[in-house]
Amino acid sequence: MEALTNRLKPVDRRKMNFWERIYLPAVVKGLSITLKHFFKKKVTINYPEEVRPFSPVFRGLQILNRDEEGRENCTACGLCALACPAEAITMECAERKPGEEHLYREEKYAAKYEINMLRCIFCGLCEEACPKDAVYLSETFAPANYQRKGFIYGKKDLLIPDPKTDPEGFAKAKGSRIKHPQGHGNEH
Amino acid sequence: MYQNQILLAIDWILFTEKLVLIIVVVMVSLFVAMYSTYAERKVAAFMQDRIGPNRAGPFGILQPMADGLKLFFKEEIVPNFSSKFLFILGPILAMLTAIMVSAVIPWGDKLFIFGREVTLQIADINIGILYIFGVVSLGVYGIMIGGWASNNKFSLLGAMRAASQIISYELALGITLIALLMITGTLSLNEMVAQQKDNLWNIFLQPLGFLIFLICAFAETNRTPFDLPEAENELMGGYHAEYSSMKLGFYLFAEYVNMFLSGAVMTTLYFGGYDIPFVNDANLVHIIGQNWVTIIEGGVFFIKICLFIFFFMWVRWTVPRFRYDQLMNLGWKILLPLALFNMLVTGALILLRQNHWHF
Amino acid sequence: MEITQILFWFLSALALFGAIGVVASKNPIYSVLCLIIVFFAISGHYVLMNAQFLAIVNIIVYAGAIMVLFLFVIMLMNLNAETEPMKNVYMKLAGVISGLTLMIVLVAALSHSDSANTLMRPGTSVGLTENLGKALFNQYVVPFEISSVLFLSAMVGAILIGKKDVVKNRI
Repeated sequence: MEALTNRLKPVDRRKMNFWERIYLPAVVKGLSITLKHFFKKKVTINYPEEVRPFSPVFRGLQILNRDEEGRENCTACGLCALACPAEAITMECAERKPGEEHLYREEKYAAKYEINMLRCIFCGLCEEACPKDAVYLSETFAPANYQRKGFIYGKKDLLIPDPKTDPEGFAKAKGSRIKHPQGHGNEH
Repeated sequence: MYQNQILLAIDWILFTEKLVLIIVVVMVSLFVAMYSTYAERKVAAFMQDRIGPNRAGPFGILQPMADGLKLFFKEEIVPNFSSKFLFILGPILAMLTAIMVSAVIPWGDKLFIFGREVTLQIADINIGILYIFGVVSLGVYGIMIGGWASNNKFSLLGAMRAASQIISYELALGITLIALLMITGTLSLNEMVAQQKDNLWNIFLQPLGFLIFLICAFAETNRTPFDLPEAENELMGGYHAEYSSMKLGFYLFAEYVNMFLSGAVMTTLYFGGYDIPFVNDANLVHIIGQNWVTIIEGGVFFIKICLFIFFFMWVRWTVPRFRYDQLMNLGWKILLPLALFNMLVTGALILLRQNHWHF
Repeated sequence: MEITQILFWFLSALALFGAIGVVASKNPIYSVLCLIIVFFAISGHYVLMNAQFLAIVNIIVYAGAIMVLFLFVIMLMNLNAETEPMKNVYMKLAGVISGLTLMIVLVAALSHSDSANTLMRPGTSVGLTENLGKALFNQYVVPFEISSVLFLSAMVGAILIGKKDVVKNRI
């Protein structure tokens, strides 16, 4: 068989010579290797204080977006649910009543929006499918929970903080990366 | 005079002095053992490019307290079909035999307190090294009794392994000691240290002997690569598989106490005990006084022991565990003949020296 | 009473209770542990007689090595009270008679001995390592060496028995 890499090394079955048989040089060599590692730079990241930087294509927990005035983008069109290969998304739509214009951007909105985080495979197809830039994947991941029902994220878990009342939270949830450089949906 | 001695005619000052010394030595042993667990985890972490425990207190130095507290709060479980008395006796014996070694080790020279000369050795018996040997040979009982009383096949296997391993390596250990005793001509540890203070350390006279002694010390303390009695992956903890709570803690602790004290024994026998290297202790006494020298000597002794403890850990995270037949081969077919050879060579050289190097 | 006397009585009682325990306990493991207690008591007696070397060698060899092997074998064979076969009355009677005979012999021998002179006085240094070694290697060197040859032959015999099958297969 032809070797795929040049790292192939045949097993050495020669008889060991005296120095190899007493093993002590090998043990000393091993000790020197571990001692070298003793003084090496440590790779540990102290998690809650330090966070490993995410890859720019990282796909984390979904969030439901708002526009600059704090209105929900989602119109409950159901395209994300349709696109979802794991069938993790369900929603119920409702019509916007007069006087709710400051809450929802368009006439239709999602009264209920649920993502089952146990089913979700974080493929990002919902984000691709959304015509309103309403759902996209953020830079965090779903924290542990004690119960299965805790992983069914409702609207209150998914909605991004209001940019008017909590601009810091909004910026944090939105993340530092530009998600859609080419832009699609209803952007200004 | 001897016949007229009445009951409890004890030198009370000597009694208190020794009592204080015993308490201090036991406390220091336990303290070192406690921090050995911390050091072990740190050393392991550092050798694997990690940081290790760093949450309990600054740099994690309160970690041993947290571990101890955890062990205390764990549920005590005694297996139903085990002998309860022996089950409890096991860890007690393991701890007892571990600590008993500290009685004959000279921790330093003499101190002068309130005009009294206090020797920093609990008992300077003239069979010192044999006493250590005897206590070490008893150490296996804690493991055997505990392993048997657990009424568990894996525990029993661990106990059997421990017994055969310790007996096998004790032979080589004993014969190495004979070679050492030929050189020193005394069994008293205190005198051995005194000899090494003035002359070369015994390591330079007995390098092969020290190597064998070191390997046997690893085997006697059940440290990797000789930790077959408690092999986690084959025997799920071996002899302490059924133990929980502080009974388990005692077994684990006894191992670290053993490590500390075997470091102390090796230092005493081969590395000059509390001798300060490159310094003439007798001259130093004239300069800064006996008490200060003794304190420095104690510190130096402690540092030497700590280096040994580090070495124990270093080896643990480097060398993998032996297979059982390899262990027995090493003990019986390599170390024992080597120890005998070492003894013969030592004897021949001593004879030659007595004849002024004439055959 | 002196403290050495108290210790003497204590150790004697311990040795006797241990010895009774060896015979009386149903579980062989307890028997072995009782035997270890007996060895410790005897070592204590040696220490009282200032024979420290004998005391510690007794512990190293008997308590530390031989008893461990005993324990080893008993644990591996998994002997316990249930598997012990019932001995019939005649066997028990024979045991009692032979035990009593041995006791009579011992008592007779001890009652005629000059115990006041042969007993080791505390404070002598005969039992110390140096003196013992000198006595063994000067006065008793021939019996000492002969006994070591005896041990060697026993060891060779043991290995031969252990390797019996291998030898047969080779032939």
